[in-house]
Amino acid sequence: MTSALAALYPGDPLFAKGADLWVWVILLVKLVVVFAILMVSVLFVIMYERKVVARLGNRWGPNRAGPNGWLQSLADGLKLFFKEALVPAQADKVVYRLAPVVAMVPVFVTFAIVPVGGTLTIGGYTTRLQLADPPWGILVMLMASSISVYGVLLAGWASGSKYPLIGSVRASAQMVSYEAALGLSVATVVLLTGSLHTSAIVAAQHGGFLYHWNILRGFGAPFAIFSIAITAEMTRPPFDLVEAEEELAGGFNMEYSSVAFALFYLAEYAALVTNSAIIATLFLGGPDGPRIAGHSVGPVWFTLKVLILLYVFVWARATLPRLRYDQLMDLGWKRLIPGALALLLVVAGARVSWRYGLAALAGSMIALLLLARAIEVGRAGSGKEQGGMPSELESP
Amino acid sequence: MSILDNRFVSFFKGFVVTGKQPLKPKVTTQYPEEKRPKPERFHGRHVLNRYEDGLEKCIGCELCAGVCPAHCIYVRGADNPPDSPVSPGERYGFVYEINFLRCIHCDLCVEACPTEAITESKLFEFSFTNRQDAIYTKAELLVDDEGKPRQLPWEDWRPGDDRNTSAWARATSPAGRADLEGTPLWSAELGYGLRPAQAGQSDEQAADVPADFDISVREVEAGEVAGVGVRATRPVRRPS
Repeated sequence: MTSALAALYPGDPLFAKGADLWVWVILLVKLVVVFAILMVSVLFVIMYERKVVARLGNRWGPNRAGPNGWLQSLADGLKLFFKEALVPAQADKVVYRLAPVVAMVPVFVTFAIVPVGGTLTIGGYTTRLQLADPPWGILVMLMASSISVYGVLLAGWASGSKYPLIGSVRASAQMVSYEAALGLSVATVVLLTGSLHTSAIVAAQHGGFLYHWNILRGFGAPFAIFSIAITAEMTRPPFDLVEAEEELAGGFNMEYSSVAFALFYLAEYAALVTNSAIIATLFLGGPDGPRIAGHSVGPVWFTLKVLILLYVFVWARATLPRLRYDQLMDLGWKRLIPGALALLLVVAGARVSWRYGLAALAGSMIALLLLARAIEVGRAGSGKEQGGMPSELESP
Repeated sequence: MSILDNRFVSFFKGFVVTGKQPLKPKVTTQYPEEKRPKPERFHGRHVLNRYEDGLEKCIGCELCAGVCPAHCIYVRGADNPPDSPVSPGERYGFVYEINFLRCIHCDLCVEACPTEAITESKLFEFSFTNRQDAIYTKAELLVDDEGKPRQLPWEDWRPGDDRNTSAWARATSPAGRADLEGTPLWSAELGYGLRPAQAGQSDEQAADVPADFDISVREVEAGEVAGVGVRATRPVRRPS
């Protein structure tokens, strides 16, 4: 068991001296702390979003419960927990109860691989501020985001109701569409770094504020593609067709109440925190930042970056109108996936030599132009009145 | 066509628009702490008025109860005792109850009343913890011996709430006749005397004055409204 752990985590200083009882205790404590941080951050983020989106709309937002209203989400949560847990008569009861858990668990799993920054030494045991650094690293995130689709899909299907079913069908189509772009942009980062380890990805960006960060590499394209795709994965606005109130009366979680509903909410906002942390890790150097007063303050920089990313997510929610379904599919299949694919080719070529890179760039450009022409021809054939993109709506 | 008209660029222009908003004043009124001035013709809690000699105006005709769309008024009339009449007429309102859990403050009772006995004040901040308290009887509705509305412990009366109750009745010309505009065709009241006529339809000065409770985002952005919410002393714009 001990050797297996050490083999699994070769670089982890915690297992350097073998896994005795205290190593397990430290692991357990880290587990609980990560869980608690994510739970508390959800309470914080819900309030953060509500307050920021209020300020972006000339309002104050909730400011009554607790100091400046910061306990509002706690009050809402408590209220939800005392509500009656209804199960619709038409529902598939087992799946209905299981779905919120399926939605929630992958998010917490994902946060385990996020390096929060630096190491901590307690009583001779040195441990990273990161729950797990498995060799398959960032793939855990892709795996978890794929599984969390099932939470939404099963919730909509098991509710035995029409609107949630439509919402979950939309959700699965949307998440599957953007999964590819997400994976391709992650692959680009992995190619740039040469490792799947999140700790290695962070270490490769270390040194030099902003200068070494992945956000500047590849002209920011991987960052842009990943951010758009992850927003769609989370079904955050402007990609929130899944829970379009105007059309679906709430979407996949319409039939849920009480704790189960709270779990969906928890999963949604925990995913927001986790994915902001993942973006910070992949593109913003994670805990990288200047030392303050001679101390390495990785977690502070990390938290700051996550807060800024959260602000941007809320900003996008306050600014952008919801996409139409065909616009959503167009953006995913005709723009992001070809773009991410071309980017991956160029980066892969450039890793070998600049000649290959240029060749891949030229080839990609030709392919993208051909694709654009093909889309244009296809659209002209199908008639302009249906499925118009905004470019067509513009008057010349 | 400048570069700013580009579709990709205008995408970020949207972010600039929303991004500027946190720097602007908020339009939210922090209600319990700040209260907006009420409109002149606000419909609030009812009062039962009295004549200047102290007699009640209500004659127990039950027209208000009949016209009430919410069936919230219960009236029973009784013959006036000859030696000590309650109202100047033959009969008076013996029982008068309004259930404020049902009342929709439509002011139809005020329109129906032939003697202006019932009018609506501007008070709306009153709440109760049981259904019994929601039923106001004559003891609560009838003005006191000074002619002022009774201010009950759970009511938040503010200055001016009792002034010009149901002011609409005095705003238009009686019977729709232009030559009667400004002519008081209503009776005087205990404590207030003959309430003045409001500026009517033909008064161009009065016609287009915006209600001073009605503020817009544009006014907030233009800095016409100071700080948070609304100043009570905000100047009313009058057309010049």
